[in-house]
Amino acid sequence: MSSTLYSLIGLGAGVAFILALKGLSHPKTARRGNLIGAFGATVATLSVFLYVTPSHGEEVGHSLPLHNFWWILGAILVGLIIGVPAARKVEMTQMPQLVALFNGVGGGAAALVAIVEYLNLGAEATTAEVIFTVFTVVVGCVSFSGSIITFMKLQELMTTRPVVFPGGRFVIAGTLAAVLGVSVWVVSAMGTTPLLTLAVLSLLFGVLFVLPVGGADVPIVISLLNAFTGLTVAASGYVLSSTLLIIAGTLVGASGTILTRLMAEAMGRSLFGTLFGAFTAKPQAVSDSAEERPVRSGSADDVAILLNYARRVVIVPGFGLAVAQAQHTVRELADLMISKGIDVAYGIHPVAGRMPGHMNVLLAEANVPYDQLAEMDEVNPTFGQTDVAIVIGANDVVNPAAQTTPGCPIYGMPILEVNNAANIIFLKRSMRPGFAGIENELLYDPKTMLLFGDAKASLTKVVSALKAL
Amino acid sequence: MDAIAIISIFVLAVFVGFEVVSKVSSTLHTPLMSGANAIHGVILVGAIIVADHSETNLELGLSLAAIVLATINMVGGFVVTDRMLEMFKPKKSADKGGEK
Repeated sequence: MSSTLYSLIGLGAGVAFILALKGLSHPKTARRGNLIGAFGATVATLSVFLYVTPSHGEEVGHSLPLHNFWWILGAILVGLIIGVPAARKVEMTQMPQLVALFNGVGGGAAALVAIVEYLNLGAEATTAEVIFTVFTVVVGCVSFSGSIITFMKLQELMTTRPVVFPGGRFVIAGTLAAVLGVSVWVVSAMGTTPLLTLAVLSLLFGVLFVLPVGGADVPIVISLLNAFTGLTVAASGYVLSSTLLIIAGTLVGASGTILTRLMAEAMGRSLFGTLFGAFTAKPQAVSDSAEERPVRSGSADDVAILLNYARRVVIVPGFGLAVAQAQHTVRELADLMISKGIDVAYGIHPVAGRMPGHMNVLLAEANVPYDQLAEMDEVNPTFGQTDVAIVIGANDVVNPAAQTTPGCPIYGMPILEVNNAANIIFLKRSMRPGFAGIENELLYDPKTMLLFGDAKASLTKVVSALKAL
Repeated sequence: MDAIAIISIFVLAVFVGFEVVSKVSSTLHTPLMSGANAIHGVILVGAIIVADHSETNLELGLSLAAIVLATINMVGGFVVTDRMLEMFKPKKSADKGGEK
């Protein structure tokens, strides 16, 4: 294949990626957009087997096939065997972690490519090439280790709360300074030892960077790391003279940055506050005397009676719904209430669950009609006329502390104002606080009734109790 | 490639990237992030190029590891995004298909 044709195919793949992102921005075209992106990526991968990119200092590449052809094919096969089943079998509840993990391995791949490229760079390499290579090693490693930490937080392999240790910010600043210093060393000295030191320091920085981020903010950080990985791909494209990698990486870097900002806005946070808020937050002014305070817990029958005589009910789903896989049962309950002439809506907080849009995906799986899903801005003014708000496995997104307690980790995040409803029902597994680890005053409110247990089991009981009435 | 051409490509791609996602509803944030995530899996192309250039066993080993990781990122990313978006299929076809 000629180099012109190869470049044109690369350009075509770049255009496919633009169309993919464009498609993914609208619900109707989203799925097609994703397929266009997959098509572009496949074509780009095939084309690289048919054209040999000259290595450094050479005018033309060697003749086909590629060196190490069978090794390459084998490695791709291994990747397929690991990646496809993981993506196919994952539960909807665990999807966010998987995205974090995929992002991490992408960053790791970029860092490895840059390390090999660095070993290959001869004396004739330009300073710009060395700088871009070093940039890719640093950011790729940060993205890799950072994503692994977000994965562990989401999988609850470690605490979901912000991890802050004494002098943490100085350790982070010191590590960052060391990364920059060693980078300069690598660029000037060109050697394997400085490069490995740099990689290790960058991995450490990635860990330290993500540790202080609280559970609810993790998706924003994943999006940010995603944008980082995009930039490393663009930088690799520069070193490898691949227009395709430059276009694809830059697109992801730019769109990822915007997306990160949009997600932070949806939570009412500044990006800076998300990343470094844990260092400045005041100690929580919320009491820990959870067990001593009285709560009103009810039975499924109590809930059914309350619902039976309501005129308007708003269902607020959260992560607990996803864990219990109760999306079909909640739909059954909603349909039953509608058949009794009750006005039912789902109040969807943009960041309910573990990721923005998590609840929409989950409820769509149960074929909940799209027009019953009300976004936060729509549903909030209606809580005053709502008789019952049913909060299913959600906590932080309805916690009034976000509006009333300055200094608490979620302060400033827009919430679903269920506290304005006449009655509130919480379906909870236990009194354990939500993902952000903050006590919810609403649980002790006199108009709140708690129904303990697995969301699916509780909802099933409520459905049969309501049918019996 | 000459520097000006590369800078031009970079700057234009930045603007396209900004423009393309500037008005997206929060419902689609997750699939969009996941799709963009899959797109940067195209670093697979770079991993294959360095595997071809590899001269020592160390270089080959590292490039092959990069190929495995990049393939997981790319293929897994597109598959998982498609699974998320399956849930958004138009209501009519969902009704026709029945619930189970």
